Amino acid sequence: MSDVAIVGIGIHPFGRTPGVSGLEQGAHAARLALADAGCTWSDMQFAFGGSNDSGNADNLVNLLGLTGLQFINVKNGCATGGSSLLSAYFAIKSGQYDLGLVVGFDKHEPGSFRINTDDWGLQPWYGEIGLALTTQFFAMKIQRYMALHGITEDALIRVAEKAFANGSLTPHAWRRKALGYDEIAASTMISDPLRQYMFCSPGEGGVALVICSAAIARRFTSKPIYLKAATMRTRGEGSFEVFSPSISVVDGEGATPKAARAAFEMAGIGPEDVGVAQLQDTESGAEIMHMAENGFCRDGEQEAMLRDGVTRIGGKLPVNTDGGCLANGEPIGASGLRQVYETIVQLRGAGGDRQVPNAPKTGYTHVYGAPGVSAVTILSR
Amino acid sequence: MAATEGGVPVADNLFRFDPDGPVLIGGRSKRTGEIRFPFTGSADEEPVDLARTGTLWSWTVQRFLPKQPPYRGRETKESFQPYALGYVELPGQVRVESRLVGCAPDALQIGMALELTIVPMFADDAGRDVLGFAFRPVAGGQ
Repeated sequence: MSDVAIVGIGIHPFGRTPGVSGLEQGAHAARLALADAGCTWSDMQFAFGGSNDSGNADNLVNLLGLTGLQFINVKNGCATGGSSLLSAYFAIKSGQYDLGLVVGFDKHEPGSFRINTDDWGLQPWYGEIGLALTTQFFAMKIQRYMALHGITEDALIRVAEKAFANGSLTPHAWRRKALGYDEIAASTMISDPLRQYMFCSPGEGGVALVICSAAIARRFTSKPIYLKAATMRTRGEGSFEVFSPSISVVDGEGATPKAARAAFEMAGIGPEDVGVAQLQDTESGAEIMHMAENGFCRDGEQEAMLRDGVTRIGGKLPVNTDGGCLANGEPIGASGLRQVYETIVQLRGAGGDRQVPNAPKTGYTHVYGAPGVSAVTILSR
Repeated sequence: MAATEGGVPVADNLFRFDPDGPVLIGGRSKRTGEIRFPFTGSADEEPVDLARTGTLWSWTVQRFLPKQPPYRGRETKESFQPYALGYVELPGQVRVESRLVGCAPDALQIGMALELTIVPMFADDAGRDVLGFAFRPVAGGQ
């Protein structure tokens, strides 16, 4: 069984690009990733790709070339990118293929996601009386977490402040302007306790990765990054998830801890070995809870960690070094792959103004989304 | 229950009116005994009356006008008033997501005692009140 390496990365800037379709943004990212690896589309033996709202990813062959390659579309909610990468990992690990492309892109309408209750197995009344909003779920999850674990609004503000500071240093980010603590604290309350600048927005973007067998990685780059683990999990009984008209009185475990444990086991390392992490920050509270759910701290420790700057770029465990979803927005099909892109930039030492110091050896990515799915990767130099 | 006269329920499987007040109808899994809300009518479930009172498990306030559809409230951006919602723990049964009424947002507290009520949520095309369930603070405080 061959180890798996990522040897080319490409990104279309996130945010809003009027007149450029999601598909075209995916093609742009793919061309950059191929160029980065010094290879061509016709070298690709297979591709896995996905978008949520921008059509079938295999339409990319019309833009990149009709080479006849195997192209499988992946649609798995917020875990779409992670699931594509995981599929590519298995394709190479199995020995079936040794060089391929993973791509994700999307382009969403402005504003909160419009929910079709049928798609979620919900009855119409749930949306009709005003309960079918993802923002409400995130607010209620962090509201209870804050009450149980002594997290205050200060921590929520600091997550957002860090995100926009990092975004201001990141060429591919949507929000390039740092925001002050007071400005965030005074922004409009959206869904208590979360304010306007604490939420990410649906957006646009595309990311592509050239992935290959480790045995041939140095043909393409002097700095291969190895995919040590890729996992995807769904929720357990009793976990609190978005769009739940009711939940069990017995607390259960969500998808994230399951995906995280499996990934650490697969990589044979622990959270203490990770030098840079990208954690799903749909809103400020999510980053805080995901620090604990992924095993990087215990519940409640986040308050002091954020106050002390532990997760800032110069801190012991930099988190969301490109500004995360808060500064990049969330094009569903591309978001998880953006985290992988950013982690590889950091492990290559190519982060420029946002490069984390001390040359980390190992990075970690985590997405979480409705209705209780999570995907994790562990990457290493 | 004067407010409910002449109204139509937003769905027919959520609640019923008993002489001593409204009742939410949950579904108990015949396999695991786990209770969910609402009762779906599935053969694997049997209907079960849910407790009328419980405690607030978590809450938030919807402060912007939800997209219409799916939201059927007839407010405009200008006329929209924020509304509270939360999960109410019905002891030993289930936590139910519900609109919260009769309480200012800054008075909401995890653990506070709440009781079921049926309220008009919006008007249908014929101008009739469409009724939904909500929880409100138990009269006389916590």
